[in-house]
Amino acid sequence: MKILVCISNVPDTTTKINFTDDHKSFVSNGVTFIINPYDEIALTRALEISEANAGSTVTVIHVGDASAEPTIRKALAIGATDAVRINANARDAFFVASQIANYAKEQGFDLILTGRESIDYNGAQVASMIGELLNIPSISIVKSLTLDGTTVTLEREIEGGKEVISCPLPLVASASEGMAEPRIAGMRGIMSARTKTLAVIEPSDVPALQTITNYDKPAPRSQVKLVNVDDVKGLVTLLNQEAKVI
Amino acid sequence: MSVLVYTEHAEGKFKKSSFEVVSYGAAIAQQLGTNLVALSIGNVSSDELNKLAQYGASKILSVSEDAYKSFVNQAYGAVIAQAAQKEGANVVVLSASFSGKGLAPRVAVKLNAAYVDGAVSLPDTTNGFMVRKGAFSGKAFADVSISSENKVIALMPNAYKVVENSQNPNVEAFTPVAGSNDFATMIKEIVRASDKVSLPDAELVVSAGRGMKGPENWGMIEELAQLLGAATACSKPVSDAHWRPHSEHVGQTGIAVSPNLYIAIGISGAIQHLAGVSSSKVIVVINKDPEAPFFKAADYGIVGDAFEVVPQLISAIKEFKAVNA
Ligand SMILES: Cc1cc2nc3c(=O)[nH]c(=O)nc-3n(C[C@H](O)[C@H](O)[C@H](O)COP(=O)(O)OP(=O)(O)OC[C@H]3O[C@@H](n4cnc5c(N)ncnc54)[C@H](O)[C@@H]3O)c2cc1C
Repeated sequence: MKILVCISNVPDTTTKINFTDDHKSFVSNGVTFIINPYDEIALTRALEISEANAGSTVTVIHVGDASAEPTIRKALAIGATDAVRINANARDAFFVASQIANYAKEQGFDLILTGRESIDYNGAQVASMIGELLNIPSISIVKSLTLDGTTVTLEREIEGGKEVISCPLPLVASASEGMAEPRIAGMRGIMSARTKTLAVIEPSDVPALQTITNYDKPAPRSQVKLVNVDDVKGLVTLLNQEAKVI
Repeated sequence: MSVLVYTEHAEGKFKKSSFEVVSYGAAIAQQLGTNLVALSIGNVSSDELNKLAQYGASKILSVSEDAYKSFVNQAYGAVIAQAAQKEGANVVVLSASFSGKGLAPRVAVKLNAAYVDGAVSLPDTTNGFMVRKGAFSGKAFADVSISSENKVIALMPNAYKVVENSQNPNVEAFTPVAGSNDFATMIKEIVRASDKVSLPDAELVVSAGRGMKGPENWGMIEELAQLLGAATACSKPVSDAHWRPHSEHVGQTGIAVSPNLYIAIGISGAIQHLAGVSSSKVIVVINKDPEAPFFKAADYGIVGDAFEVVPQLISAIKEFKAVNA
């Protein structure tokens, strides 16, 4: 099995988000970056599958500049076989998906995994776009993925339930909670990651279709109205007459 | 030129999110001075299809071939793109539902369109085409300017109100052409918890955290939710400990929700939790710790023990319902 895992480099989940005064860009000074949590789930599942199928490899790929290399090394420390960085500014999701699809077309992978979305731009686009660019199936927001020969069985989240799908390889899937319990890199992993291959490839020419021209933070809520614990009925009245939500 | 919306249904009945995308699409069509076409795929009765006209669809395309009876991501994506081409639609709107999120990027690639996931309001078309979406998992909003001629938008459930806007029902059968690899995947089973309100598009949500001490105490959470017609949700440690299923986990690494009312019980209000719920219209917090950070993000709060407050809340709502029935 040749498995490709797409990883993005995102602000740590505890980050307080700030923008420049002109609202045009995210301030990354002093922010710690991590592997996107959903990508970590995808990577762990890829490693589990590769361990159960002798001769498998897990390649991680990232589209971005050299500042993401610590995050890529971390993926190698967790256990990926090797890594590729497409050396470009990730301008939008279509740009990223196109770069990855081009690489995958050359190399031929059986299974391509991504996270369900990145926790920064929440695009949720890359997996399906790669599938479309390669004309292979893509299944999004997958909470369980098992392999039996060349057939994959996936469980996908749907509103109020789940769908169980059977699919041949090759396939792209985006991981959500439940697909695997993320692994932590051990000392041996960290040591061996230093000598693993991290290839840097120049991007192909792809037009950007969109740009973010403005960021805002949500308006702060007004002061909380506290209801006395002896007056629970009063809360119901407020929700009905003031908030008008029940 | 026209605007196309894809309307999802579950077993032949349109979801509320479908009427939301029709209402939203109709408003965009009006902004652009054009018409709205709605597309439905699978078995839906003509009475049900006609409902789409009530919210502003001046034409309804229906694909009823057997091959398209159940959802196949790749095949449905191809149908939506073909319908857009047939209608000359350069704006395509879907719901950012679980299925919509998988479909929309495929449609966008086929149409060379820019795609915006999770739109929260109508596009600004005064100078170009700009769509506002959530970013940084609920911690911010981003305005996305689109330069491509074709655009695909997935609308966040519960972000746009359903608006009545009656048109003459005009249903037309549409026969798509299947591509070489469109039907590679197959649904083996669909499991639905039919008595439950679905979380991502719920109007009311009752959510509980580690303060509930253990899964055996969720009876009152479920009772409260059922009384209100609300969906149940939980914090991440609760689903990590398997007290509740992962599908109930809300927050930065779970489901993002924006209901009209979010009731948080025994949840501290960590930044990762708030990220996924802060766009709720009204937030109620019940926590025994007056210093819990969640109170800073809440509209109403009760400082008290959930094991005393929730049963009282249940009786108060029962009483309220008895009087207002
Ligand atoms: C990478 C990463 C991603 C994360 N993503 C998410 C996410 O998506 N969603 C999420 O929820 N969390 C997420 N977290 C976890 C988050 O940081 C918090 O740990 C979590 O939200 C806390 O859950 P909790 O509020 O249920 O539990 P706790 O923090 O333990 O809070 C329990 C609360 O219950 C109150 N309480 C206790 N007993 C009672 C009682 N009898 N009556 C009333 N109140 C009571 C306490 O005062 C306390 O405020 C993430 C963390 C990381 C590191």
